[in-house]
Amino acid sequence: MSVPRFWRKIPQRYNLEGTHCEVCGRYFFPPRNLCPDCRRDGRIVGHTFEGVGTIVTYSVIRTASDQFSDLTPYVLAIVELKEGARMTAQVVVENPEEVFIGMPVKAVFRRLGTDGESGVISYGTKFVPA
Amino acid sequence: MVGIITYGTYIPRYRIKLEEIAKVWGDNAADIIGGLGVKEKSLPDMDEDSATIAVEAARNALLRRDIDRNAIGAIYVGSESHPYAVKPTAATVGAAIMATPVMTAADYEFACKAGTAAMQTCMGLVGSGMVKCGVAIGTDVAQGAPGDALEYTAAAGGCAMFIGDDNPIADINHTCSFTTDTPDFWRREGQAYPRHGGRFTGDPGYFKHVQGAARMMLEQMGTAPSDYDYAIFHQPNAKFPQRVAGMLGFTKEQIAPGLVVPRLGNTYSGASMIGLAATLDVAKPGDRIFVTSFGSGAGSDAFDITVTDRILDDAVFSRGAAPSVEELLADPIYVDYARYAKHKGKIMVQK
Ligand SMILES: [Zn+2]
Repeated sequence: MSVPRFWRKIPQRYNLEGTHCEVCGRYFFPPRNLCPDCRRDGRIVGHTFEGVGTIVTYSVIRTASDQFSDLTPYVLAIVELKEGARMTAQVVVENPEEVFIGMPVKAVFRRLGTDGESGVISYGTKFVPA
Repeated sequence: MVGIITYGTYIPRYRIKLEEIAKVWGDNAADIIGGLGVKEKSLPDMDEDSATIAVEAARNALLRRDIDRNAIGAIYVGSESHPYAVKPTAATVGAAIMATPVMTAADYEFACKAGTAAMQTCMGLVGSGMVKCGVAIGTDVAQGAPGDALEYTAAAGGCAMFIGDDNPIADINHTCSFTTDTPDFWRREGQAYPRHGGRFTGDPGYFKHVQGAARMMLEQMGTAPSDYDYAIFHQPNAKFPQRVAGMLGFTKEQIAPGLVVPRLGNTYSGASMIGLAATLDVAKPGDRIFVTSFGSGAGSDAFDITVTDRILDDAVFSRGAAPSVEELLADPIYVDYARYAKHKGKIMVQK
């Protein structure tokens, strides 16, 4: 990911900053500026997700690109946040066998990747068993 | 009075036993463990570094007390393993706790005492009215060259102390420091591992400076060691703090809760502050705490602290809302040397 693109996403990645439609009650992550249900009648406000949720589904990555090969095997999951929005993120566990559908998880702050030895370090949210 | 308004600690879950390291280098494990008084040490996960540890410590502090982010006017992060040579860890912490942009920030480095130097800076800023709340963090993923004596103790962990004057959970009655230019331990720019003066690190380094600052504190406050309920001394191993406590007249009981090094190792900039956090975890209102850090190079910062009623006041502070040091030390995942080397980036890979 380019440096400007990563930089723009810092609020989302560090603190799960999304949005909320006050009319129908839906939560959005990544943030949306328009509610797909309410359209022009919607009222969108910022919302910082609490960072707790459950695993909807997951897969165990055993072969990864160079950047993530140190981490294999690792678990990539779709996490449903308590407020309702879903996101894809790594779940940090010692053993992938620990993970199950419906597992409660909470957000932690980790390194997401580094651009080689001299490039920028990307930080953001992963999940651990709650 | 200026004091600690909340605090938080973070320790990675991974541990390696010293006997596992000794096995690799053909050292006598019993001699090493006996000599250092350390049985195991923490190490970071593959995706943890001094910045992630600092953020987790700061967030744990905020779980105990939800500080208004607009009140946070300064963040200083002390470490000798900042992820970047140039780019502040403190700015990342600021963004991750949503305290940016109206705040000042900088990274500190003073071997193992950069975190307590950050506490002093925050005390000055709060005391002078320049900021309402300052965040001081000591964090490290400490490095010891493979096979070097430091490898047995260099550990990972961090602690955040939020300094302010709005109902502190612990008043900081006084601080003073003792600093000289002493080449007992150093790391040159661009070098992966620090070097040290071997035996030279003890007397002219640790013992001279810790005693210098501690005796200055006792003299300036007109106190004796028996006036304190607890004491924390920098803990590069378990022997040094026990010996210096004895030299100064503090008892085993006074240093017991803060002596976490046998199960944690030396977390460098985090060490004295984690010791203080472990003591605050068990302290009662009215308890008086004596702290003296040490950083090679060399200097010591001393603090005289009194715990207030607020530490048990659920209306402002919830000690149980974040893990205690004892809880963070529980349930470790032990690794062998090969896994440890991978986590610490000590294995050469094709680039
Ligand atoms: Zn809507």
